[in-house]
Amino acid sequence: MLKYLEGSHAVSQVVAMCRPQVISAYPITPQTHIVEDLARLVSEGRLDAEFINVESEFSAASVILGASAAGARAYTTTTSQGLLLMTEVLYCIAGMRLPIVLTCTNRAISAPLNIWNDQQDSMTVRDAGWIQVYAEDNQEAADLHIQAFKIAEQTNLPVMVCMDGFILTHAFEPVDIPEPQEVDAFLPAFKPQHIVDPRWPRALGLYADPRFYMETRYILHRALEKSEDVIKQVSADFSRAFGRPSGGLIRTYKLENADLVIVTMGSVAGTVKDLIDALEEEGKQVGLLQIGSFRPFPKQAIYRALKDKMNIVVLEKAVSLGRGGILASDVRWSFPRGERKGRVISSFIAGLGGRNISTDSLREMVERVCLEPVELDFLGLNKEIIAERDL
Amino acid sequence: MIEIRIHGRGGQGNVAAAELLANAAFKDGKYAQAFPSFGAERIGAPVQAFVRIDHKPIRTREEVRQPGYLIVQDRYLIDTVPVLDGLKPDGLVIVNADTCPEDLQLKTTATVATIPATEIALEIIGKPIPNVIMIGAFCSITGLVSLEAVQRAIREKFPGKMGENNVAALERAHEIMQKGKGQPC
Amino acid sequence: MELSEEILNRVEKKNLFAVGHRACGGCGQALAARLVADAAGENTIACVATGCLEIFSSPYPDPSWRIPFLHSLFENVSAVASGVEAAYKVMKKGPVNIIAMGGDGSTADIGFQSISGMFERGHQVLYICYDNEAYMNTGVQRSSFTPYGAKTTTTPMGNKTRKKNLPFIAADHGVPYVATATVDDYRDLQRKVKKALTIEGPKYLHILVPCPLGWGHAGDLTIQICRLAKDTGLFPVFEIINGKITNVVKVPIKKPVEEYLKLQGRFRHLFKKGVPTEVVAEIQTIANQNIERFNI
Repeated sequence: MLKYLEGSHAVSQVVAMCRPQVISAYPITPQTHIVEDLARLVSEGRLDAEFINVESEFSAASVILGASAAGARAYTTTTSQGLLLMTEVLYCIAGMRLPIVLTCTNRAISAPLNIWNDQQDSMTVRDAGWIQVYAEDNQEAADLHIQAFKIAEQTNLPVMVCMDGFILTHAFEPVDIPEPQEVDAFLPAFKPQHIVDPRWPRALGLYADPRFYMETRYILHRALEKSEDVIKQVSADFSRAFGRPSGGLIRTYKLENADLVIVTMGSVAGTVKDLIDALEEEGKQVGLLQIGSFRPFPKQAIYRALKDKMNIVVLEKAVSLGRGGILASDVRWSFPRGERKGRVISSFIAGLGGRNISTDSLREMVERVCLEPVELDFLGLNKEIIAERDL
Repeated sequence: MIEIRIHGRGGQGNVAAAELLANAAFKDGKYAQAFPSFGAERIGAPVQAFVRIDHKPIRTREEVRQPGYLIVQDRYLIDTVPVLDGLKPDGLVIVNADTCPEDLQLKTTATVATIPATEIALEIIGKPIPNVIMIGAFCSITGLVSLEAVQRAIREKFPGKMGENNVAALERAHEIMQKGKGQPC
Repeated sequence: MELSEEILNRVEKKNLFAVGHRACGGCGQALAARLVADAAGENTIACVATGCLEIFSSPYPDPSWRIPFLHSLFENVSAVASGVEAAYKVMKKGPVNIIAMGGDGSTADIGFQSISGMFERGHQVLYICYDNEAYMNTGVQRSSFTPYGAKTTTTPMGNKTRKKNLPFIAADHGVPYVATATVDDYRDLQRKVKKALTIEGPKYLHILVPCPLGWGHAGDLTIQICRLAKDTGLFPVFEIINGKITNVVKVPIKKPVEEYLKLQGRFRHLFKKGVPTEVVAEIQTIANQNIERFNI
């Protein structure tokens, strides 16, 4: 049913329908409304789950690790500092192949402290062995959670659903909230594979010496690569069951005739689409490639989509300090060595710490990359507040 | 696409105002988006909220920099925050004030309207939260969102007596703007 | 190092925590921070945890602090203060007052590991806890300082656990000076700050700071609510010096907890049409237990 509501509420309602059995989360802006909603649903008896109010994110992740290892469907949500605090546990969860789902309400990282949106947090943990998917709008944010539990439980890989903090979490827009029975039909009950249960004694989380550790990492890496097929399949199944496209590895918009392609992920894709339509009316052909799944990185899908495109600009809300664009780096690597000549891939960092990304600034970016390649630049930087020596 | 920017202080229901307007527009069969721009939860700090209304799906996420409509819930913000920035020259700004629009001496070519929203709120709702009165004034002047839809949105958000009080305040605002009764000048 | 009674009792007003910060009207924590800074004086370094105080007092480019201020994360202020103390020691700089400040989370929950470590190692740091009984900065979610029965966004039916007793936990770590205070009695609060700073080793001061937004009361009731917290016995004011409870603030005429609870929105659900539910009786029991234990 189409409802008008805040992104956080859409997510919490849909997560509740996925029947998580143990939820543990620590409040942190801008994830708080999701946590509060779920706490309320549990206390009102409308969600049959254990809600554990823990003392930190590190404990939240640890609680759901234990719950998942015991065979329960487990869920948490966090962002920024909280995600970093639980990083150690994130690696553990992936290494232990626990199918946990986590909502990351993307937010910038301290220092300096900033509670507004960028994607540095989820980028920081991109190597941890989690599947990472990014939502374009609140409809997709809600839908991705249903897909996430299914993907996680099929692949035995934890899934992080990323949605831009404040921009999506605190935005009100129409979202089609499915009926509980629709979700039940799509998402069967959790059938855990390796659990701690006296009936089948097993040891989970052993230590592996140099004879074995490397192979566990290889297996995990391959599992992530193979999960691409599951992500695609679940997305297709979802579309069929719920009647709308959602999720998947990548999505494109007006790519066919594009002379320039913007590659990005998350909510800014919406702003980019508006710009593309405006530019089209002015006779300029620009296209969009949206990354749905960032990990596993859909290298082949990107290559197939962009192989005939010679001018590409990657727009991202994170930066590898001292190196440059993270998504840009991954995109550049998508093209085999022999096909890099003549192809321009510019890199723009934008929107850090909640800095507004205006259509005007995106227009300027398009104008610049149509004139010359841009190795790396920060969009809309206010040089007036930067000392000369720091430029 | 209609773009509205709401200025106020934390505690004045700025985000609720955006939500109600957008929800009402949705009920009128339009597409609508509402979102806030604020810092940590703090009473008294300046807050902005944005609303977009259109006949087709709204995809952009940038802040509203060139609003056609401004709703100013705290008139004293005008002195400290660049409230009028980007307002379209032929736009409309509604200010919560107990004075004539001219007395505000706003530097704008846009239409200025005033309504003593806080006073009305205190009288009808019992709390100095001006948001539904400002929404009522907006609907009345512009006709962009139906009053009936706002009433439904209010009742959805505020249960029982609080909802009815808010609806009454909304209707009073509408009455004032329509008939010119109760306006400062 | 002893301070004269004259100095201990003198009310300090130095404006070291300057006006113009962004706290809500009636914020107990803002008042407490000002009193603490002035009592400690210029020769002080304030290490502050993420939370309301840090947010409203240190936005770029206008921090309110006229003494050195250091903020890192939510959970590590005690460890950070320990580091500052160690540096001053090894560099043979000082003496300087090193004060770690934090709210519920950084004291008792996410920062519990850190504070325990600081106490156990015995650093020369005064830890000041501003207790507003929930995570206010993020929108009123429960903490382990949330009192029994209080409504928060994560305990919508009322909190089911009792307040964690940090003063006793600090004392059991061997912290030589532990005290509680309330923000209405500024003289007592400043005196305790000054006294604490004369003592060797770690010190812990736990200050009750009402939060109008989170507790659901008008901003001008902050002082009255503190007084009722004491007069009901719900917040005992005392010192623990070298493990012994002492200088308990006595209350000759106790007030029933209802008087305190009725003023706050976070306890409104405990009254059905003005009639108290049995949770109120349970809260009265807690108050009575305090009265007996501390001989209030």
